[in-house]
Amino acid sequence: MLQYAFQRVLLALAIVFVAISALFTIMITLPGDPTTVLLGPRATPELRAEFRANMGLDDPVLVQIVNFWGRILSGDMGMDYNRNRPVAEAVFSALPHTMALVFGAIFWSATLGILLGAFSADNRNSWLDRVTGVLSVGFIAAPSFVVALYSLLLFSVTLRWFPTIGAGEPGDLASRLYHLALPSFAIGLAWVGYVARIVRASMLETLGENYIRTARAFGLTRRKVIYNYALRVAILPAVQVLGVGIGGMLSSAVFAEIVFSRPGIGSLIYDSVSGRNYPVVMGSMLVAIGFFVTCALIADLVNAALDPRQRVK
Amino acid sequence: MTETLTVDGLTVHYATREGALQALRDVDLNVPAGQIVGIVGESGCGKSTLINALLQLMSENARIAAGSVTLEGEELVGAPSRRLRDMRGRDISVVFQDPMTSLNPVLTIGRQMHDIQYREKISRAEKTRRAADMLGRVGLPDPVAKLDAYPHELSGGQRQRVAIAMAVLMRPKLLIADEPTTALDATLEVQIIDLLKELQREIGCAILFISHHLGVIAELCDRVVVMYAGEAVEEGPVADVFNTPSHPYTAKLIECDPGRMKTKAALLPAIPGDLPDLTAPPTGCIFRDRCDKAAEICRTSPTPSAVTGAHWARCHFAGGGRQ
Repeated sequence: MLQYAFQRVLLALAIVFVAISALFTIMITLPGDPTTVLLGPRATPELRAEFRANMGLDDPVLVQIVNFWGRILSGDMGMDYNRNRPVAEAVFSALPHTMALVFGAIFWSATLGILLGAFSADNRNSWLDRVTGVLSVGFIAAPSFVVALYSLLLFSVTLRWFPTIGAGEPGDLASRLYHLALPSFAIGLAWVGYVARIVRASMLETLGENYIRTARAFGLTRRKVIYNYALRVAILPAVQVLGVGIGGMLSSAVFAEIVFSRPGIGSLIYDSVSGRNYPVVMGSMLVAIGFFVTCALIADLVNAALDPRQRVK
Repeated sequence: MTETLTVDGLTVHYATREGALQALRDVDLNVPAGQIVGIVGESGCGKSTLINALLQLMSENARIAAGSVTLEGEELVGAPSRRLRDMRGRDISVVFQDPMTSLNPVLTIGRQMHDIQYREKISRAEKTRRAADMLGRVGLPDPVAKLDAYPHELSGGQRQRVAIAMAVLMRPKLLIADEPTTALDATLEVQIIDLLKELQREIGCAILFISHHLGVIAELCDRVVVMYAGEAVEEGPVADVFNTPSHPYTAKLIECDPGRMKTKAALLPAIPGDLPDLTAPPTGCIFRDRCDKAAEICRTSPTPSAVTGAHWARCHFAGGGRQ
């Protein structure tokens, strides 16, 4: 298990390195000039040149990448020139909000998705199974920003069950969770559909396995056979999909954070990309990718913990 | 002698697109207490359907059209599902064919053996002790450590021993062994057969042993039932049936057994023809189309005729018939 974990961590670090370097290259070669945005259209060419030199924007791309990693490894993520604060401060104050949002979405999709999937498989080909199937596909098809907008309209504006904007009072857990419920649901809904479909399919496959027949032949209760013996095997693919799905949830988080006016990495990236605020873009990208890779890594480890057969490899 | 298992006129149909597939037709079977009864027959003869019917764990499209199954006098057909569940694993239990797939891959062996004992009102430690004890009795080395192992950490032979330990853990009255040695190699086969004999003596359960391997049946069983196309065609003490087979099908089966052939043959002998279509089984004798002896009388259904004592065959020519 330890060796397996070590291999996975090494792979994760390599992924972060390659992804960030590639993103950095794309960002640098993208048309648009931070000097125009920062210094305004009336800045003199001399002022612009000086600013570019200061930021190291005239160096070859390769040199810029090496410099960038050098700074990151020494713990310096650079300065946010727009608001004159360290990038690290901007990013790490936003990160917990996004993490809460993504974990909330995972919570919704794992609990609702697994329940719906197991329930469908248990009652396969009944009308309840068909309804669940149609709902699941509907959830998958609905874009998350549409779900975000409509759930905001329905639950916050019309029904007034949930708050419309913000992330809640700092330090007040109940208020935080209250503000989290709707946005995380909006992001998680599509994944509820995915997970339900995956769990249903793998559950049906698992229920046909010989060891399920064995369990039933030993007189175990139907509930125990389905929700314990079969589900434990059937959720494995769903865990894997959720781990990778965090990438998708992060991009949905951008919309949800904008729609619900929540602070977070998503809105930070959105603002800084439109402002060509390179240090903040790179800093938040680094953290977002690091977060994604960490979650995928956790999913792998959770899977290994759930499936003893994987630990051997 | 008291009967542990009595099957009387069991008829099972599967609903298929072509109509009702009559997988078992009017099967009679007795397993006396403490005896080992073998069932032999080629694939498609209804062995698996019979096991599922005995456990009352049939697929959704299967239906018991007629007949009864009683375990120590208690009727299983139509019994409440709670009662059936209660009996499974405790009074009647199974060892399945393929040990590689019959144990849950994500639960430890100890956990699976714990779960089987869920009806027992004893402490966890006692359940663990019983499980380890049984693993030791089926000949697994280091049984206590095996409780923490996952199935994939054991070899095929060890897994089958675990499966047997699980099956006899609750000291069932009837143990069904569904080709328990087919997936194993020959040396292991002998060991497993010896183990079953030993456990049968210790626990005193009756065993219904299903196999297509005539040698194993002859070695292990007291009585044997020969099945063909969903019917029991011959039954009797093992020695009688194998020495004086009285149904042409049994005779053919023994002729085709590679283990019994006296001369070398380039091609293994086979019974010509195919199994009849069970959605519309022919009237009269079910084996008629493949039988050398078929005559006009075979167009009527034969009833079981006694050969000697408890040995009978479902053939017009059996026993003192018109041969």
